[in-house]
Amino acid sequence: MYAQLVETGAKRLKTLEEMSPEEREFQEKVDAETKIEPKNWMPEGYRKTLVRQISQHAHSEVVGMLPEGNWVTRAPTLKRKLQLMAKIQDEAGHGLYLYSAMETLGADRDEEIEKLHQGKAKYSSIFNYPTLNWADMGAVGWLVDGAAIVNQVVLQRTSYGPYSRAMVRICKEESFHQRQGYQILLDMMREGTDEQKAMVQDAINRLWWPALMMFGPHDDESPNSQQSMAWKIKRKTNDELRQMFIDQTVPQLEFLGCTAPDPDLKRNEKTGHYDFGEINWQEFYDVLKGNGPCNRERINTRKKAIDEGGWVREAAVAYARKQKQRTQAA
Amino acid sequence: MTQAEALQEYLLRLADSDMILGQRLCELCGKAPALEEEMALMNVALDLVGQARNWYEYAAELIDDGRDADKLAFRRDAHHYRNLLLTEQPNEDYAVTMGRQFFFDVWHYFTLKSLTESSDEHIAGIAAKALKEATYHLRRSSEWVKRLGDGTEESHRRMQDAVDILWRFTGELITPDDTDRVMAEAGIGPDPDQLAQDWRGMVKEVLTKATLTPGAEDAWMYMGGKHGEHTEHLGFILAEMQFLQRAYPDATTW
Repeated sequence: MYAQLVETGAKRLKTLEEMSPEEREFQEKVDAETKIEPKNWMPEGYRKTLVRQISQHAHSEVVGMLPEGNWVTRAPTLKRKLQLMAKIQDEAGHGLYLYSAMETLGADRDEEIEKLHQGKAKYSSIFNYPTLNWADMGAVGWLVDGAAIVNQVVLQRTSYGPYSRAMVRICKEESFHQRQGYQILLDMMREGTDEQKAMVQDAINRLWWPALMMFGPHDDESPNSQQSMAWKIKRKTNDELRQMFIDQTVPQLEFLGCTAPDPDLKRNEKTGHYDFGEINWQEFYDVLKGNGPCNRERINTRKKAIDEGGWVREAAVAYARKQKQRTQAA
Repeated sequence: MTQAEALQEYLLRLADSDMILGQRLCELCGKAPALEEEMALMNVALDLVGQARNWYEYAAELIDDGRDADKLAFRRDAHHYRNLLLTEQPNEDYAVTMGRQFFFDVWHYFTLKSLTESSDEHIAGIAAKALKEATYHLRRSSEWVKRLGDGTEESHRRMQDAVDILWRFTGELITPDDTDRVMAEAGIGPDPDQLAQDWRGMVKEVLTKATLTPGAEDAWMYMGGKHGEHTEHLGFILAEMQFLQRAYPDATTW
């Protein structure tokens, strides 16, 4: 996932009658589940919304490497270290893949990254929380990648072809990460010491609510959802996705022998779903506005990496130019 | 020194050098100059730690004192570590990171190439797989040394500085000791003279193309890593890398 509150620029949906012939043809194609490809005509709002959503998704993959980088130097075994390194490498790959999908819409990767560093572009709020013990590496895989998958499985059917295909590939790897994450927790709960078990519960306590926030605000607080759904950029609402996530996650939580920090979490026999307590939306909006525990650190780290790497990238360009001149001269 | 002792020692050197350089590269997670580099650095690190695991596993089998690969990696203190001093040097700027990688990769490539013909079949098997990875590492770091050396004025200056800073740690790569000699005589390890010649040849070739000046052949060299005498950096690397194992010694499963 990793896209929250993506602005569409639309106040209300246009009816087919209000649309221009081009818009109508486009909407009919979307309604017929025909994928939109880079060379097809598309409304400007659709293009911009997709650029926002895909770049936000890409930024999240890249910023999401940082909370894991925090533990990759301290992984407890060779096996866990290698798994975490492979996961981080996958995430860099997802970032690259998504930026490429975004560039098919005429956007520029460097410009979008610059917006991120200026605080103008968003990334998933979850990565503004710190990873404080090793079990966080399990909980991030299980809950954060788990929440991402719920959204991304649906996004495999998104209307824009390159994004949809990126999702198919990314989903496969994310599912793998999620299982690995859960296994970390399960091994610690089954064979760990009391201290290790406490780490697991502590990680879940801290990451539970932020994971639920990943799906974004309630449907009635999500002004852009309607247009995104009509364009089939989004395929299910925030609340639907959140409920799906909770329903699949709670049995796993129980199997671990852990609890969620939510006294209202309970299976509703009538609906067959789990009821749960209200999210602290003030915290959600605070984090989105930049006031989460790690917002500053995350952006500063990314900005510093790109700023301090400027001379490296310039050298690569200069060398390539020289090589080209040499080939031409020869 | 018996051949058996030398073999254990030699395996730990291979393992520890891979492990420590892999650890240094892990430190760069999220801090590379471009996203492509982010991926490549983690990829190289992954190869190195993966190779370290293979060497540790074989070493543990031979040492046979109840310690497994994880115990060897995460429960030995600095003076028991046998990595090359070069691998524990800090990342600094990207020129130092790439210079360190290049000097190491040249050594690694020729060492592994020779080890694929080792009289020890287990070693030859591990080396065959590792050589494929090291070949890619070397191609990549050579390209970067050339790019930075022959890029802009600033990158040239930084790359030359990196060569100058790191040069004193390169002697250890190609100066054999008893362990190296015993391994060579047994047909297990590479011929030290050949290794030194190959290393010098390729380093000179790449640095020349990169418009860089190598250090003097008779320059003073800082050595000792292979015997457990390290720079001050290793203690801190291990303090971080071994934190969980040290803080929770009773934990047997993670």
